[in-house]
Amino acid sequence: MLEKALNGNKYYWWWISLLLVCIGVGAYNYALQFQHGLQLTNMSRDVSWGFYVAQLTYLVGVAASGVMLVLPYYLHDYKKFGNLVVFGEFMAIGAIIMCLLFVVVDLGQPQRLMNVVLHPTPNSVLFWDMIVLNGYMFLNIIVGWASLEAQKKGVPYAQWVKILAIVSVPFAFSIHTVTAFLYAGIPARHFWLTAIMAARFLASAFCAGPAIMLLLLFIVEKVAKFEIGDYAVKMLARIITYAMIFNVFFFGLELFTAFYSQIPGHMHSIVYLFAGLEDPTTGQHLGVMVPYFWAAAFMALLSLALLIPSATRNCKPVLIFALIILVAATWIDKGMGLVVAGFIPNMFEGVTEYMPSSTELFISLGIYAIGALVVTVLWKIAVTVKKAAA
Amino acid sequence: MKTTRRDFLKVAGVTALGMAAGAGPALAYSKGAYLPHTEHMDTGHDHLAAKRWGMVIDTRAFHGEADYAPLIEACHKEHNVPTIPGTQDVKWLWTGGFHATFPHNHQEFLAERAHHAAYPLLCNHCDNPPCVRVCPTQATFKREDGIVMMDMHRCIGCRFCMAGCPYGSRSFNFQDPRPFIAEENLAYPTRMKGVVEKCTFCTERLAEGKMPACVEASEGKIVFGDLGDPDSEIRHILAENFTLRRKPDLGTSPSVFYII
Amino acid sequence: MYDGGKIIAGLIVFLGIVGFPFWYNAGSAGYKTPELKLPPKSKATECIRPTDWMRAEHMQLLDTWRDSVVREGNLVYTTASGGHVEMSLQKTCMDCHDSKKEFCDKCHTAAAVDPYCWDCHIAPKEEK
Repeated sequence: MLEKALNGNKYYWWWISLLLVCIGVGAYNYALQFQHGLQLTNMSRDVSWGFYVAQLTYLVGVAASGVMLVLPYYLHDYKKFGNLVVFGEFMAIGAIIMCLLFVVVDLGQPQRLMNVVLHPTPNSVLFWDMIVLNGYMFLNIIVGWASLEAQKKGVPYAQWVKILAIVSVPFAFSIHTVTAFLYAGIPARHFWLTAIMAARFLASAFCAGPAIMLLLLFIVEKVAKFEIGDYAVKMLARIITYAMIFNVFFFGLELFTAFYSQIPGHMHSIVYLFAGLEDPTTGQHLGVMVPYFWAAAFMALLSLALLIPSATRNCKPVLIFALIILVAATWIDKGMGLVVAGFIPNMFEGVTEYMPSSTELFISLGIYAIGALVVTVLWKIAVTVKKAAA
Repeated sequence: MKTTRRDFLKVAGVTALGMAAGAGPALAYSKGAYLPHTEHMDTGHDHLAAKRWGMVIDTRAFHGEADYAPLIEACHKEHNVPTIPGTQDVKWLWTGGFHATFPHNHQEFLAERAHHAAYPLLCNHCDNPPCVRVCPTQATFKREDGIVMMDMHRCIGCRFCMAGCPYGSRSFNFQDPRPFIAEENLAYPTRMKGVVEKCTFCTERLAEGKMPACVEASEGKIVFGDLGDPDSEIRHILAENFTLRRKPDLGTSPSVFYII
Repeated sequence: MYDGGKIIAGLIVFLGIVGFPFWYNAGSAGYKTPELKLPPKSKATECIRPTDWMRAEHMQLLDTWRDSVVREGNLVYTTASGGHVEMSLQKTCMDCHDSKKEFCDKCHTAAAVDPYCWDCHIAPKEEK
């Protein structure tokens, strides 16, 4: 079916070329980083993970979009999602490829990557993260491809496809849970050391993932003249709304525990995000994240205000706006704040700030372009097959 | 050397494993030239051994940061630790103030003396080390004598251990450290870019029967010994003095003690 | 044949890529075992293993050594003739074989292998 991605109009090819250029920029910058080491990033002894790991964290959530369609469709036989399931699965593939690439570019010695497999270490969460991420990716590739192939041939999908699809459901939950465990099991990083971390990951994944997918589907609807179905959109929007309510609620729980208990370690990182902290040795007040976090809080609440009433949620332009600010808010929360604030204050209660360097941004751009290319090609195939079948 | 039954079984097991491992390749060498490497190794006779190595630092005997300088120099020279300016630096042994050293110990109205003193910071060689727990390749591991060791050959540079260490004891080589080493010690390797490193309690010196470099340079102000032996000097000092450990509430059980 | 031109062009590109190692090296001289300079007799009194064995096995030996020293805390190696040496690339191997250029690089360059031992381990200063 891959040949279907080779037929497209002028705009399609312009888009592909643009992505290839971005990938080239990313590849060039990665070559530089590979040669000179991570000194080209703005990470430091104190903030030892940065933008790359944060993007991994966010994109694990995006990969969830698949399961929010797979679960109702395969498990509850919710037919309205029938036309969309494969898009969710294909987007999950793109997201996980990005996740894995973000892990690789973050490594100091990427050529030794296979040591994780050669010396399997079950007590390390990173080992399990590798297993569930790869497992979820292969399940999505197989299920998505096989069901689309069946549709192309005009036959119902095989029974084993359904079984694998159902197996992929616990895998989807585990990629968030295990990725949350990367953080939640670490002593002394109070911002991360919270039992609700995995639940927060799931909630933010189940709103941000489907939100991105819905926005992309609206684009596909426009450029490919492909009907996604009014009812499916409404259902997805409802799922997104509920998940976002949980997401904001869970964050509120964190705020309560930290500020009612008034244990300094529990408050520090949150204070840093919303007000900044003073470095005890220099006396400087540092808070580069503050405007971002207030913007995120505002956008999160506004998106809820627009999504909860059905009148605004069912109005397409408003829905699109609400989804965009929802994605922005969740991205600032997980793609910027969560990882970095865990390192602030540092282990000596000093404050070292972090903002990504241009190298980090260019490499990330390249990886996002690779993900976009994968999703574009796969979705192009899916749209073509589905249109031919209809 | 006393050989316990347990030790004997261990040696016997390792030897059997070694022979089993050697048997396969040995068949491939019909000339019989192949000898399993593992049959030819031992710890040497001069090495210092302990059940659990530990350190007591008498901070009363140090008067300010300058007093620690010779220790830091001895350590960093011995191990080719680079001096890198900025936030991407590498440290094995360094100093901090009271609050930086004991952040969970917010003493109000702290004694003047403690307030102005400097405290040496290094890897705590925890009995329950989180860095070992999180490492995905066993590049960081705990030796039988309690020393938390790094295998630089295996580290992939994921920096999970840096996130995991509650003591900020680990440094990542953001760049090739060699240009930042003033004078190389030819008897010890440097590191390469992309791996994490930290204090090793001078395993290479213990193997030769010598005390760690900082202990030697401290001229008695730091005592290094076996925490697992109730009759050792270090245990007597611990019994006679009140000591602090860094962040004991985390359950990592550091092996570095501070007399305040 | 449909699209014959494209197929043939594609095949040529494919063969070009697949055969790259062959045509890239075409015309260069064949492999010759480099001639090694033995370490000075005054320094090197004893071989830890026979030369042939070392030629074939030195990488495995070093690999076992590093695990044994770093991970198991062993330090001493018993040589073929029963002598004892410290398992150390810098302190033992390169003590006799005191020239990285002669001892390591010659063969490694000829065989086009590039081990990264020396990114960390410090080679002895070459006398020139």
